[in-house]
Amino acid sequence: MKKYIDQGKNDTRSGFGAGLAELGRTNPNVVALCADLVGSLKMEKFIEENPERFFQIGIAEANMMGIAAGLTIGGKIPFTGTFANFSTGRVYDQIRQSIAYSDKNVKICASHAGVTLGEDGATHQILEDLGLMKMLPGMTVINTCDYNQTKAATITIAEHHGPVYLRFGRPKVANFTPVDQTFEIGKAVMLSEGTDVTIVATGHLVWEALIAAENLEKQGISAEVINIHTIKPLDGEAVLKSVKKTGCIVTAEEHNYLGGLGESISGFLATTLPTPQEFVATKDTFGESGTPEQLMDKYGLNNKAIVNAVVSVLKRK
Amino acid sequence: MPKLQELQDLTVQVRRDILRMVHKVNSGHPGGSLGCTEFIVALYNEIMELKDKFEMDGKGEDLFFLSNGHISPVFYSVLARKGYFPIKELNTFRLIDSRLQGHPTTHEGLPGVRIASGSLGQGMSVALGAAQAKKLNKDSKLVYTLHGDGELQEGQNWEAIMYAAGKKVDNIIATIDYNGQQIDGATEDVLPMGDLKKKFEAFGWDVLDIKEGNDLEAILKGMKEAKSRTGKGKPVCVLLHTVMGHGVDFMMYTHAWHGKAPNDEQLATALAQNPETLGDY
Repeated sequence: MKKYIDQGKNDTRSGFGAGLAELGRTNPNVVALCADLVGSLKMEKFIEENPERFFQIGIAEANMMGIAAGLTIGGKIPFTGTFANFSTGRVYDQIRQSIAYSDKNVKICASHAGVTLGEDGATHQILEDLGLMKMLPGMTVINTCDYNQTKAATITIAEHHGPVYLRFGRPKVANFTPVDQTFEIGKAVMLSEGTDVTIVATGHLVWEALIAAENLEKQGISAEVINIHTIKPLDGEAVLKSVKKTGCIVTAEEHNYLGGLGESISGFLATTLPTPQEFVATKDTFGESGTPEQLMDKYGLNNKAIVNAVVSVLKRK
Repeated sequence: MPKLQELQDLTVQVRRDILRMVHKVNSGHPGGSLGCTEFIVALYNEIMELKDKFEMDGKGEDLFFLSNGHISPVFYSVLARKGYFPIKELNTFRLIDSRLQGHPTTHEGLPGVRIASGSLGQGMSVALGAAQAKKLNKDSKLVYTLHGDGELQEGQNWEAIMYAAGKKVDNIIATIDYNGQQIDGATEDVLPMGDLKKKFEAFGWDVLDIKEGNDLEAILKGMKEAKSRTGKGKPVCVLLHTVMGHGVDFMMYTHAWHGKAPNDEQLATALAQNPETLGDY
């Protein structure tokens, strides 16, 4: 299988910060808002270089979403920054009415998604955000896998007109996608071709999927690994093309199996090509305190879990 | 400047529009609409500086955001009669395939509307964003808003009220429809909100009262005063003392007509109290 090299561990939120800083230099309409989490979202560079285009809202996320919607009316492209939990569930109706239903060009940028937020525990570890956001008509939903991809996605979404939910995380993880990549919204990325099973992963699980595929190769199983960074609109064609070849699929995400990427794919395949599928995702549960690695292991969200899921799904072919 | 009589005539005609719109579909919110008729008429025809053609970005003109979206009938009527869309389209209010949804929305592309509202408490935040965009764009025009008094029970308002003063958003005039009524009864019974003027002032706003909120002259004078207080480092709040259901005697001084349409007989009585001036749609 194709080998990927970790260019050095880094956090996806720093990719967001770097992308935002670049937008600050290249797009005068981009403005940024934050609800008292500037350091966590790595927004310092943008603020330092564009103080007049930054809005510190304070701990008031509902107000932040409304202000972002209003800023678009003057032609601005607002990027809101806070944790994923406070970017979605806390402000769902504000996003629904003032942003999604009102067709506002707001980029909702959400860090610390999932259990890898770690020690702060379940109050902050949202595992439902992809589902919440993908259900909103007109919302584009993106979950990036590493620093480089998050930076590229941040820059790209400024050019896309319409509301976007961009999800990333806290921990330092492998940085393995190309520095100079072109990020295409709604386009799956083929990471490694295979013939026995399709593994579709998003976010932090993409690197885990690559490790899993390497381990499977040692067992004589050829896995095709696809990175789906855009949950909505879903690149169904890429999935269909792959499962026509492999005949089974494992989906992997740091999210509840209800409402996540796996559910989107099973819904798509049910109406196109019903295919045996296993879900690597949380099983309708809240998280808890712990280190990211401990939590990914306990909640079945790592390469071991993916290998086990592949073994299961192969039996159902 | 339109003569006061012209504004008065428009006010009566808008009342007729409101009553006929809600009667036709036997739904909608006449009470608050009638109570704010003078204000919205004055706003669009005398107070605000508007461009002829509607553009979503609203650069170089005053903006208005209706936060209490349920009083859409008065909003639609005033927009139509200002020329934003055909007056006869009022006939489609709340019907299937209409641009005149129960609550205002941008989704169907109705000119004059810049944000969806209806789920309460969100309008002030949106208006603050638009006001700050104006500052970034070096646009000296103002942002006007309207909120129900009961709507202030929604917490998001107070996030916005705190923010506006803290960040010196002084190009906004937020008006509160101070009619003392909400769906379940008097605000004083449902959830007393204390002294609103002192609350806004404590948050750092410049507050003024328009005691006769259904009197055009009082509104014009009060809003002129409000406008003169913008640009001085504080957001401006107008407490507009209105009577819900104003202009239709049996709808006044009660919350009963918040979200209820008149029947045929009641409509006839109500219209008789507001004789046609500019022509029904």
